[in-house]
Amino acid sequence: MTALRAAGAVSTDRPIIFYRPTETADALRFLAERPEAVPVAGGTDLMVGVNYRHIRPEAMLDLTAIVELCTWTDEGTAIRIGSGVPYARIVAELATALPGLAAASRTVGSPQIRNRGTVGGNLATASPAGDAHPPLLATGANIEIAAPEGRRTVAIDDFFTGPKRSVLRPGEIITAVTVPKAAGPQQFLKVGTRNAMVISVCAFALALDLDRRTVGTGIGSAGPTPLRALPAEELELPWAAPAGLTDATVERFGDLVAAAARPIDDVRGTAAYRRHALAVCAARALRRTWRAAFEERSAEWN
Amino acid sequence: MELKLHIDGENVTAQIDRPGESLLQTLRDRLGRTGSKNACEQGECGSCTVLLDGDPVCACLVPTAGCEGRDVKTVVGAVPKPVRDAFVACGAVQCGFCTPGLLVSVADLLAREDDPSDPQIREALAGNLCRCTGYEKIIDAVHHAAEASR
Ligand SMILES: Cc1cc2nc3c(=O)[nH]c(=O)nc-3n(C[C@H](O)[C@H](O)[C@H](O)COP(=O)(O)OP(=O)(O)OC[C@H]3O[C@@H](n4cnc5c(N)ncnc54)[C@H](O)[C@@H]3O)c2cc1C
Ligand code: FES
Ligand code: FES
Repeated sequence: MTALRAAGAVSTDRPIIFYRPTETADALRFLAERPEAVPVAGGTDLMVGVNYRHIRPEAMLDLTAIVELCTWTDEGTAIRIGSGVPYARIVAELATALPGLAAASRTVGSPQIRNRGTVGGNLATASPAGDAHPPLLATGANIEIAAPEGRRTVAIDDFFTGPKRSVLRPGEIITAVTVPKAAGPQQFLKVGTRNAMVISVCAFALALDLDRRTVGTGIGSAGPTPLRALPAEELELPWAAPAGLTDATVERFGDLVAAAARPIDDVRGTAAYRRHALAVCAARALRRTWRAAFEERSAEWN
Repeated sequence: MELKLHIDGENVTAQIDRPGESLLQTLRDRLGRTGSKNACEQGECGSCTVLLDGDPVCACLVPTAGCEGRDVKTVVGAVPKPVRDAFVACGAVQCGFCTPGLLVSVADLLAREDDPSDPQIREALAGNLCRCTGYEKIIDAVHHAAEASR
């Protein structure tokens, strides 16, 4: 072992396996040939593990030059975001069409992290604390996954299978996320110890759909996976006479969101605190979006 | 593996021997360009901030192998003189460890905003930690640098 290491140290010109293709098909072929290769997009999750020697990739596949992954397109009623579009561009370019996802993106890390970090990386890591997840749940986004045998689309509701686990299989690449354009005001609220650079204690996203008269929800950092609060979504709201939204209804909504969470005690907060904070965030989000929809009629969301 | 990079205005060749080597390590340990500091290697402190094709990023989180032919600016090549002078004049440097990263972030901010407000400054510098100054003098320095650059 010592001898091997010494040999490696003297010869720095041996070829290393690092591939940076421009086409998804080439990336898939490479992963099929080298199953040990680790994909990297922004590197903001992966490189921490590499620097701390938690993983030592033998081969890497850099996704950042794949043209399809670095672009977003307007599909009419939805935006298709390449999995490698960094948060900074979502904030700068998509805040009007996708206010919830843009608000969540704005809270990720720092400018340096947002310039590199991607929604694709957030999804692949599948942390319950990933900030992109609640707005994707609240809006009913779809995840497009490319495999050697073809592409499939997975509803965000079916994507997460456990803490840091998802339906993504080895050899597959997340190519895009398709997010319905906002049909009403949206909110993203995140509780943390600082206003920047925090992994959330809990987070909540809400999307009002004024056409369908529905409320979409997404809970972060308060369960084994990101969650929707279905009982809260089913709560009867006074759509026909919006001025009749009572404090009792708003509080009930908050309580239903808190009850839908499955938080644990950990270093960032207790389960009880998380439930309390979620009830407050959910009530606040409902009030703010309702007011924006029916009192201000602002142009913010469309 | 041999790579060609454009660093602080020079064409530079770097030899690396593993795919996960970070740009920070390459700059410091292989090229002797120690301007960018290493204080965490996990993206938290910002002392390794460089401009990669013009955007501020943490060099510790960028794999060097993906940087073939790309433009890297460190504290040596990214920072106009008025920004450096303002940091000295305002007492925004104490131990100095955070300074190279902060200077790069400030240079980027002032290239976009010629008269940034306090909230804009705090937002732009949220990814650069300083354990010494308490930040107030850094914010003063940004205002001074903005004035001197206009
Ligand atoms: C200082 C700091 C602060 C942070 N703050 C936050 C925060 O506030 N909120 C938050 O949610 N996260 C935060 N993060 C975590 C991280 O920035 C996000 O999870 C980010 O979205 C990861 O994206 P990436 O492109 O950098 O992923 P990478 O690090 O490039 O990849 C992460 C994982 O996903 C895989 N992968 C990446 N892209 C794909 C793809 N297209 N298909 C298949 N697999 C893929 C990689 O193989 C790797 O296993 C922070 C990280 C740091 C270092
Ligand atoms: S060393 Fe890169 S952010 Fe701290
Ligand atoms: S001057 Fe010491 S860390 Fe900032």
